[in-house]
Amino acid sequence: MESLSNKKKVLEVKPLNFMERIYLPAILKGLSITIKHFFRKPVTVRYPEQKREFSENFRGMHSLKRDEEGRERCTACGLCALSCPAEAITMTAAERQKGEEHLYREEKYAAVYEINMLRCIFCGLCEEACPKEAIYLDGDIVPSDMLRKDFIYGKDKLVEAPLNQ
Amino acid sequence: METTDIIIKIVLVVIIFAISLVIAMYSTYAERKVAAFFQDRVGPNRAGPWGILQPLADGGKMFLKEEIIPSSASGILFIVGPSLAILTACIGSAVIPWGQKLTIGSTVIDLQVTDINVGILYIFGVVSLGVYGIMIGGWASNNKYSLLGAIRAASQNISYEISMGLSIIALLLVTGSLSLREIAEQQHGFWADGWFTWNVFKQPLGFLIFIVCAFAETNRTPFDLPECETELVGGYHTEYSSMKLGFYLFAEYINMFISSAVMATLYFGGYNFPFMDMINSPNLVTILGVVFLFGKIFMFIFFFMWIRWTIPRFRYDQLMNLGWKGLIPLAIANIVITGVVITFLN
Repeated sequence: MESLSNKKKVLEVKPLNFMERIYLPAILKGLSITIKHFFRKPVTVRYPEQKREFSENFRGMHSLKRDEEGRERCTACGLCALSCPAEAITMTAAERQKGEEHLYREEKYAAVYEINMLRCIFCGLCEEACPKEAIYLDGDIVPSDMLRKDFIYGKDKLVEAPLNQ
Repeated sequence: METTDIIIKIVLVVIIFAISLVIAMYSTYAERKVAAFFQDRVGPNRAGPWGILQPLADGGKMFLKEEIIPSSASGILFIVGPSLAILTACIGSAVIPWGQKLTIGSTVIDLQVTDINVGILYIFGVVSLGVYGIMIGGWASNNKYSLLGAIRAASQNISYEISMGLSIIALLLVTGSLSLREIAEQQHGFWADGWFTWNVFKQPLGFLIFIVCAFAETNRTPFDLPECETELVGGYHTEYSSMKLGFYLFAEYINMFISSAVMATLYFGGYNFPFMDMINSPNLVTILGVVFLFGKIFMFIFFFMWIRWTIPRFRYDQLMNLGWKGLIPLAIANIVITGVVITFLN
């Protein structure tokens, strides 16, 4: 019967001819191929010392951004937590007090902001959801650790370093 | 025999023993490196510069592993197996001539442990004993995979020993001697009387048969059916652990070294090298000869590894077909042709 895709190929298994039965020509051919690889440059990336370059749209560890005056951009609106498909983000909002204007950009800020790196799937939806351009997945690979609780990253690890002024 | 002779022989034995162990050790490293290069990788490179201490790390790990003897295994035979394997691998080096005579003052040192006049037969005897190590070990393990590996090893070695012996007969027709020293001496230099002196140019077919059989005898790919991982877990050494496993693996590499040395001696001129007559100092010739012999040996070891990372394993019926229907008739034909040619040349 004609096959639907028309891609079916019936292979004929012929008995080996003399040259194939003495194996040697095939072996020599194989040897010539492998020796070519012997002198080829290895493709190995020696990882801890050498790192493969990330692509431009690589999504790594999150960072909470500051504005040009060094104030935290996040207003704890919760859109990132809402958009997160893995439910990795939690936060507690707090009201900005008098005298804290140089720390927080808006009247409301995140007192606690935690991302569970074991839950996070690095999809980047929090980045897209954020109306304040406060969160970006522009960091490195999340480092390994021993305990599950150490994978819950708080503000100490996530907020960008303050501006040097 | 004088005392100095005995001391010289003992020192020579110790040196050769140490060299074959070190070469076997570094063959494991070379194998991993060569495998890596063939696969576009870099291989072990963490222990020391370029991973040069890797064999020491491996050996240390082997020694520190737990020694497990299965309760259903046969106690003594389980230990005899690997011991026999490494013993027979080591004693093969006794008759190989490593170089010409070295003269220091008035003492003349013969760089060969013993020059018995049946050198080749001795090596054959030792090689056939080697399969006992594998068979006893596999059988004593009381494990079906081990037993299958052992049976395969035995039948494979028996089949390939025949064609190996037949290919040697043709060589003996040419050389007229069983002593390895004499065979090496006959291949002096590189060119004499209008033809190459090395036996590989007089016995190309015999060499081809011999090298194929050497692969089978040392259980190397493409004939590594006794330990084929994909079918038999680990083959005859499935139940082995710690240094007993190490002995089996080590024996394979020593065997590889010894068979490379035998091939270099029988077919590639041994310690002879081109233009050796143009050097006046005999000691220098001897030392260069040793260097050349080891160069040839390393070339063969590299070839073993090159083949291993190129050719897939033979199926069991293909192995038997090749051995019995291919190599044996070919070896017999080689004997006939050699005999006829020698008769006509005389």
